[in-house]
Amino acid sequence: MNRILLFVPLAIFALMGITFWVGLGIEDKTSLPSPLIDHPFPEFELGVVEDGRTLTTADLQGKPALVNVWATWCPTCKAEHAFLNELAADGVRIVGINYKDDVEKARDWLAAFGNPYDYNLSDPKGKLGLELGVYGAPETFLVDADGIIRAKHIGDLNADVWKKLKPQFDAMSGAEQ
Amino acid sequence: MHPQRKKRLRLILFLVIAVGAAVGLAMYSLSQNINLFQTPTQIANGEVPPGRTIRAGGLVVEGSVVRDKEGLGVTFRVTDGQSEVPIHYEGILPDLFREGQGIVALGQLDNSGVFEASEVLAKHDENYMPPEVQDALEKAHLDGKAKMENANSSDTDTSYGKGAGY
Amino acid sequence: MENLALYLPEIGQFALILALVMAVLQVVIPLLGVNQGQLWLMGYARPFAVGQALFLVISLFVLAACFVMDDFSVAYVAANSNSLLPVQFKISAVWGAHEGSLLLWVTMLGLWSVAVALLSRSLPLDMVARVLSIMGMISVGFILFTLETSNPFARHLPSPPMEGGDLNPLLQDFGLIVHPPTLYMGYVGLSVAFAFALAALMSGRLDAAWARWSRPWTTAAWIFLTVGIALGSWWAYYELGWGGWWFWDPVENASLMPWLVATALLHSLAVTEKRGLFKSWTVLLAIFAFSLSLLGTFLVRSGVLTSVHAFASDPERGVFILALLGICVGGSLLLYAIKAPTVASVGRYEVVSRETFLLLNNLVLVVMALAVLTGTLYPLVYDFMGLGKLSVGAAWFNTMFVPLTVILAVLMGLGAASRWKKDTLPRLAGVTAVAALVAIVFAVVTPFIVQGEWQGKVVLGLGVAAWLVAATLADIWKKSHGKLAKIPKLGMSYLGMVLAHTGVAITIVGVTMVSNYSIEKSVRMSPGDVETLGDYQFEFTQSGKIEGPNYTSQAVRFNVIQDGEVIEQLTPEKRHYSARNSIMTEAAIDVTLFRDIYVSMGEPLENGAWGMRLQVKPFMRWTWLGAIFMALGGFLAMLDKRYRRRVGVAQA
Repeated sequence: MNRILLFVPLAIFALMGITFWVGLGIEDKTSLPSPLIDHPFPEFELGVVEDGRTLTTADLQGKPALVNVWATWCPTCKAEHAFLNELAADGVRIVGINYKDDVEKARDWLAAFGNPYDYNLSDPKGKLGLELGVYGAPETFLVDADGIIRAKHIGDLNADVWKKLKPQFDAMSGAEQ
Repeated sequence: MHPQRKKRLRLILFLVIAVGAAVGLAMYSLSQNINLFQTPTQIANGEVPPGRTIRAGGLVVEGSVVRDKEGLGVTFRVTDGQSEVPIHYEGILPDLFREGQGIVALGQLDNSGVFEASEVLAKHDENYMPPEVQDALEKAHLDGKAKMENANSSDTDTSYGKGAGY
Repeated sequence: MENLALYLPEIGQFALILALVMAVLQVVIPLLGVNQGQLWLMGYARPFAVGQALFLVISLFVLAACFVMDDFSVAYVAANSNSLLPVQFKISAVWGAHEGSLLLWVTMLGLWSVAVALLSRSLPLDMVARVLSIMGMISVGFILFTLETSNPFARHLPSPPMEGGDLNPLLQDFGLIVHPPTLYMGYVGLSVAFAFALAALMSGRLDAAWARWSRPWTTAAWIFLTVGIALGSWWAYYELGWGGWWFWDPVENASLMPWLVATALLHSLAVTEKRGLFKSWTVLLAIFAFSLSLLGTFLVRSGVLTSVHAFASDPERGVFILALLGICVGGSLLLYAIKAPTVASVGRYEVVSRETFLLLNNLVLVVMALAVLTGTLYPLVYDFMGLGKLSVGAAWFNTMFVPLTVILAVLMGLGAASRWKKDTLPRLAGVTAVAALVAIVFAVVTPFIVQGEWQGKVVLGLGVAAWLVAATLADIWKKSHGKLAKIPKLGMSYLGMVLAHTGVAITIVGVTMVSNYSIEKSVRMSPGDVETLGDYQFEFTQSGKIEGPNYTSQAVRFNVIQDGEVIEQLTPEKRHYSARNSIMTEAAIDVTLFRDIYVSMGEPLENGAWGMRLQVKPFMRWTWLGAIFMALGGFLAMLDKRYRRRVGVAQA
């Protein structure tokens, strides 16, 4: 009897462990990466940071793009910027959304750290961000040539993350060619 | 049974009962002290009875913050991208309370549908979205998607989430 | 030199890998020695422990150097530092986020291992080998975790950012330089007690000698935990800007749980050492204490406790943590289940005896820890089951802790006054009657004189505090036969207990007073306005700007007036940190032993007015002063002569 009692702590711990494991499994299934996946990119009509011209959703289409949400106040964006520069050098089309930010500051930033973006949409009020379900910067969306969102990544983009996203992006580019 | 053992058994029995009673009381008290999180959509749908203490949260709607002329009262609206709830609060707002920022408020709904907050929380990190708010935004997006699909996706141009009256 | 600096992060990473190799050797070789009965193999435990720690320290220093030299090619540095950051914060930024604090954690584990290696001359070699091998296992797990999922030396190449993202302004503070390392020392220190318990289980030598060996180590870890928790509370109080000093949030709870269990462990070890009882229970407590430390450090740091999303967003890290926890806790509990029966306790004690009181005290402490655990995990479980999001209000924790603390304090007084093995209620009542009377009179009369009214909680709080002090004094009086000169001869261990128990009483007084008699006011104030709060007037004299190294702040000057005289000028600030575009409230506090005056700024309103929060908090300092007493008490107990005895006696 005593001997069985000694297994009680282990049993309780095992039970807790299993609960955790199962619980996390459920969580993984219900939380979709984003409800926007496989849906068209939200409508927008926004100014461009670099030259002030106005672009709309139609301008996004035609070629697959990484849409990167960033801001000068966001430290992680600073950390991921170098990697974006590399991607741009490899010929990846990156469209920026300058999120809840100041156009002047954004220009200074791009001048200082390099501009990997095809162009940057200025979203000072975060309206487009809200429609994209952005929680905070940085976030990155994979948008195909038809303007459909295919994947989303929250947090900084780095070599590890890109390893997972690249096949999908290449497939999109392949389909276009 | 050996008297020594009997004594021991009695002690163990006493301890088990005491612990059991304590746990029971604790769990009861716990059930009285939990504050459920409700999304603006749930509140707008009337799922929350007035007077019950809950936590509500969402993004503070741009341009909705109105301060009282006297004192420290402030009124603002929060949204999950689908519905909005007006919140009234009397006191000092946290440093990271800003328009567009995710916040969580603790308080009760009054009879006119205004959420009377006794506490407003915004985390000290501009990259951080309170997890509840994040969840509420996602849910609202999912609902929006479902609705669109029900409408037979005739209007694929409709953007997600109604925005918030910009 | 130039070239060396260029490759510094690689050197750091290489040192970390070497530390891992050392740790693996520290696990395998001594254990092999124990298995084969080869003393020379066991003898390698110490050098490997020293080697491992050396490489870990190098690694940590290299990371600190990367911060000081603004090497923004290192991703972790870029995300948590800035060239404008003052140098002391560049150093503390090393543990400002997950990766660095993990490195700090394993480095401390290495240092504790070295301490065990160097201070264990009185221990049999096979015991040293087992203990260091177990600590090595923990080390291997966490160095692997660091290298695999949270490498602080990862680089942004070839085009590093020009400037870093800055340290979270909340962490740019003296409190944050000292608080996390102290707390970590406590968390990690419990691994020593854990390793001793497992080593004793493995060898089947769960005896008084084992308890005597692990007691000072447990006490040392406990001291760090005590100070760490107090520092955390103090930091939150002055830095978060609204005067709260305990929030029952998961991070604080995570530090409180191991403290409660470690406190129980200390007392249980005392029984095991003195009377050879409660062995199984003591081992279990040692396992629990360290398991809760792990839970505290890693689940909280990884964010799993506060949000399941943190887990989902970085599953690799989360799965690794869960696996490590599973192996560590599950493995030790399995070992316990298999080995514990062979070491059943012998010895008898009566129902009324010090043993019983200590057992009850243990029980209350464990129940407290369980209550905290329940309150912390409940929202998570609720979420898992898909029932929705909720939070457990602070009110619940208070409801649990007030009665439990009262019971605990009563037991503390009785326990200290009672005799080992066999005591009688009449004797005990005789010894403590005066103390009880003093406590009741004090508790009933004091609030009435001070406040003119009674509040149940105040009477209870002051009552148990007075009881604790009075019972302790009565015990000293009795033991020293009323002669002051005899007090130092009562033994360091005993005096340590007296000091620590007095500390608990002081904290209880502080908490009682500040929770029940604090007054506060949130008001709109313009220059020239005067507000009255309690006995004090607050005069808003002027407002202006202050420039800091990496921030600018708006500041307000206040005169605090008492009885028509200005007793203090306070300057609260609202700081704006440009790198992160974030705002921080810097409260201004006027401190005396019996009250704090706390002034903090809210938001700017029109016409130069500000929302201001004014608070008067009586006895605030006592809350932390008690913790200092407890820590000093622990320190005295560690100095006791009997822990410095040599091999012959220890093996007896």
